[in-house]
Amino acid sequence: MKKVYTRPKSLKDAPFHYCPGCGHSIIHRLIAEVIDEMELQEKAICVPPAGCAVLAYDYIDVDMVEAPHGRGAAVATGIKRVRPENLVFSYQGDGDLAAIGTAETFHAANRGELITIFFVNNAVYGMTGGQMAPTTLLGQKTTTSPAGRNAARDGHPIKVCEVLAVLGGSAYLERVAVNQPAAIKAAKKAIARAFQHQLKKTGFSLVEILSPCPTNWKMSPVESCTWIDEVMSREFPLGVIKDSKC
Amino acid sequence: MKRLMSGNSAIGEAAVLAGCTCYFGYPITPQNELPEYLAKRLAEVPGGVFIQAESELSAINMVLGASVAGARAMTSSSSPGISLKQEGISFLAAQELPAVIVNMMRGGPGMGNISPAQSDYFQATRGGGHGDYRTIVLAPASVQELADMTARAFDLADTYRTPVMILGDGMLGQMMEPVTFPSKKKERQLAHADYVLSGAAGRPSRRIRSLILDPKEEEEHNWKLFRKYQRIEQLEVRHETFLLDDAVMAVIAYGTAARIARGAIKRLREEGLKIGMIRPISLWPFPVKIIQQTARHIHDFFVFEMSTGQMLEDVKLALEGSGYIHFYGRPGGVVPTPVELSRIISRHYHQSQKRKK
Repeated sequence: MKKVYTRPKSLKDAPFHYCPGCGHSIIHRLIAEVIDEMELQEKAICVPPAGCAVLAYDYIDVDMVEAPHGRGAAVATGIKRVRPENLVFSYQGDGDLAAIGTAETFHAANRGELITIFFVNNAVYGMTGGQMAPTTLLGQKTTTSPAGRNAARDGHPIKVCEVLAVLGGSAYLERVAVNQPAAIKAAKKAIARAFQHQLKKTGFSLVEILSPCPTNWKMSPVESCTWIDEVMSREFPLGVIKDSKC
Repeated sequence: MKRLMSGNSAIGEAAVLAGCTCYFGYPITPQNELPEYLAKRLAEVPGGVFIQAESELSAINMVLGASVAGARAMTSSSSPGISLKQEGISFLAAQELPAVIVNMMRGGPGMGNISPAQSDYFQATRGGGHGDYRTIVLAPASVQELADMTARAFDLADTYRTPVMILGDGMLGQMMEPVTFPSKKKERQLAHADYVLSGAAGRPSRRIRSLILDPKEEEEHNWKLFRKYQRIEQLEVRHETFLLDDAVMAVIAYGTAARIARGAIKRLREEGLKIGMIRPISLWPFPVKIIQQTARHIHDFFVFEMSTGQMLEDVKLALEGSGYIHFYGRPGGVVPTPVELSRIISRHYHQSQKRKK
C-alpha cells in the first residue's frame, strides 16, 4: 500500500501542547513539510518567539535559539550575517512582531536582511490570556479592551505587510490563512516561496498567517475558522502584497 | 611599534586582532570613535560584519545572534545605552553565550551629560538586568590596558561562556596615548563549540534557550550558573598595588580615578606621607582578598570614586567592619585633578594620624 500521509522528518514525534483548534500546530507542520521538501533541515536555524509558540523547539526539529520578546529579527540578523549559507527564519506572533518588536522588524526589512519571518496573526495576545494585540480588530473584545477596541483610545489594527511593502529592502510579503484546506495549501506555497526568496538573496521575506485562537476569541474551532473568512480577512485581505523578481 | 590612538579606537583594533568579526552598535557619546573605527576596519576583515543598529536593544540582540552562530561579537555604548542593553545581557548570561560589551560611562542618571563618570558600577557589577547572574567586569586605566583587556575579555567570555563588560569612561575612551598591539592576529581557541548553531547537519538539532518552565530545572540552571561564578571568583580576580609596603593609608580606586589617585599619591609621597593604593582591575569578581590582607597592617582606607559611592559598598563588604573607611566621591561628570585629590587625602591622613596619637 502506498503511504500518502506521514509526519514530516523535520517535525519531532511529540504531541502539540496547543489548544484545540489553534493554528500553530498546522503552521508548524507546514513549515516542517516545506523544510523537508526543499531539503533544508540541515541548513535551517530558527528563532522562536515569546508567546504560545515559545516551545516551537519541542516540535520543529532544526537548530533553535530563543530571542527576547520582540527581538527575533535582530537575533536572526546576527545569525544570518555570520552564516549567510544557512536558512534563517523567525516565528513570531502579533504582539512579539508588531508591538514590542516593531523597530527590529521594520529595520530588518528595510536593510533587506536575508531572513524569513513567519508572522502568526491571531489578533490577540494568546499566551498571556487574551489581551488586546496591535492587530486586534476595531470593536473586538479582549481582556484589556472589554468594551471592544476603540480607535480613539487604542489606535487601529496594524497591517504589517502593507507597512513593510513600502520599504526598499522587503522582497516578498504575502498574507495567508490556515482556516480551511484551500487556504492551508496556499499558506504552504507562500512558506516555500519565502524560503526561495531567501535562498536567492532577493531580500527580506515575511509571510503573515491569519490563525484561529478559539480559546481567547471565545468561539468554537469551527466558528473561529468562519470568523477568519467573514471578519478578520476583510481587515487583513489575503494575497501577495509584494513579490520582487526571484 | 607604538601607535598613538584614542582609547575607543584602540579597543576596536584590539578586538579585530583578538578575532572579533562582528560589531553591532548605536551611536552615543563618548564612545563613537569605536564604531567609527570598526566601520572601516571590519570591512578589511574576511567575514567582517558591522551594523549600525536601530537601537541598543537591537544591537545587543544582533550580538546574541552572531554569538550563537559562532562568531566573536561585541557591542559598545555609554551609560543610558547600556541600560537598554541589559535585557540582552541577561539573556546572554542565561543562555551562556560569550559576548563583549564596552561601557564608556558618562554622568547620569537619566540623560546626564557626556563627561567622564563612574556612575554605573552597581549596574555593571550586580548583574544589571533581571535575574540571578553576574557579569565579569574589567576596569582598565590606560589606553594600553583598554587594548590588552579587550583581548582578555574575549578569552574570558569564551572560557566561561558568559558576557564580559569593559567598564571605562569618557576620559579613557577619548584620550590618546601610545599603544602597542600584538604583532599577529590571534586565532580563536574554542574549547567547547557544542553550543554553536550551524544547522543540524550530521548531528541532532540544538536548542539554546533560557525558558525553563519547571522551577526545579530552573533552580538547577541557576545553581549551575552560580557554580560557574564561584569558579570565576576563585580564578579571575585581578588587581594592582602601588607603594603599599610601608603605607599607613591605602587608597582604593579604579579606572580613571586610580590614575588621578596615583598622581595624588606621588605628590603626597614627596611630602613624606606614607600612602599606597590598591587598584581593582576586575570589579567583578572584586579583589576582596588583597583588601583583607592589607587590613591586617593598615587601618585607614581611602575610597575615591567618580560617583557618590558605589564601589565603596564592596570595600565595606570586603573589610567586614575592620579598619576605617574614608571616602571622597565626585559624581556628575566632574573629574578632580591630582592636586585637588591630594589635598583631600592629606587632610584625612593628618586627621587620622592625630587621632591615633
